[in-house]
Amino acid sequence: MTNSASDKPAIRLELLSNPSYLAGARELISGVSKRIGFDDLACSQVALAVDEALCNIIRHGYECDESRPIWVSIWPNPDGAATDDQGRPLPSIRIVIEDEAKQVELEQIKGRDLEDIRPGGLGVHIIKEVMDEVTFEKRDGAGMRLTLVKKQTPPDQADSQSEGAA
Amino acid sequence: MNGSDNINIEERDDATIVKPEGDVDMGRSPALREAIRQAQGAATSRVVVDLEDVGYMDSSGLATLVEAMKITRSSKKVLILCAMNDRVRAIFEIAKLDQYFTITADLPSALES
Repeated sequence: MTNSASDKPAIRLELLSNPSYLAGARELISGVSKRIGFDDLACSQVALAVDEALCNIIRHGYECDESRPIWVSIWPNPDGAATDDQGRPLPSIRIVIEDEAKQVELEQIKGRDLEDIRPGGLGVHIIKEVMDEVTFEKRDGAGMRLTLVKKQTPPDQADSQSEGAA
Repeated sequence: MNGSDNINIEERDDATIVKPEGDVDMGRSPALREAIRQAQGAATSRVVVDLEDVGYMDSSGLATLVEAMKITRSSKKVLILCAMNDRVRAIFEIAKLDQYFTITADLPSALES
């Protein structure tokens, strides 16, 4: 779906698993999201989700080895430019994040119970909270693939969804 | 903290104020953790983390503050967060941690609380 030759990403970023580069990745994601028409709230949500995903790979996948590769592929408006019934743009974005870290059983990928307050364990919960689609897969051979999809909420629905969102 | 790990620490009104600057993410949260540890060792009864100049925080920053809260409580001190922008506050709400912390609108109200 996301990696065939006929479905090349508009942007493909390779970065090392070093936390120093998180800010740059966030700025890229936020900038692209803004450029295709997402509002400020959605831009910050997409950047936050990518940041959390990269942190999980660095911390858990690569166990803080800062020299390993991570690939971020971006498809702006993967299903074509959409508008609402009044002609206003409704951008969407698909982001695929891949690594070659140790593989994890899919049922083990979950956020911690929010009532169990302790440091850590919030990344997956945050990602699922701010994105519309979140899919974890094992890559062939080695590593994991995370597919994230975000669609702009129509303005008349945004007010009811903005509470509690970043 | 964005680029320089710039964190100011000062004591005022029986509080030690920790004021980070920039983004608090996985790369920067260790510096915040160290600054709060330093504040927790001061001879004041309260630790105030002033987030006025923090534009972004991720779950690494949250984890740092949760850890700080647990340590502060165990030492019978008080931890107060203040002046967070909407973007930072939102991540506390997503993680349902906004009720776990004492959060005030600004530094003066944190020092008065």
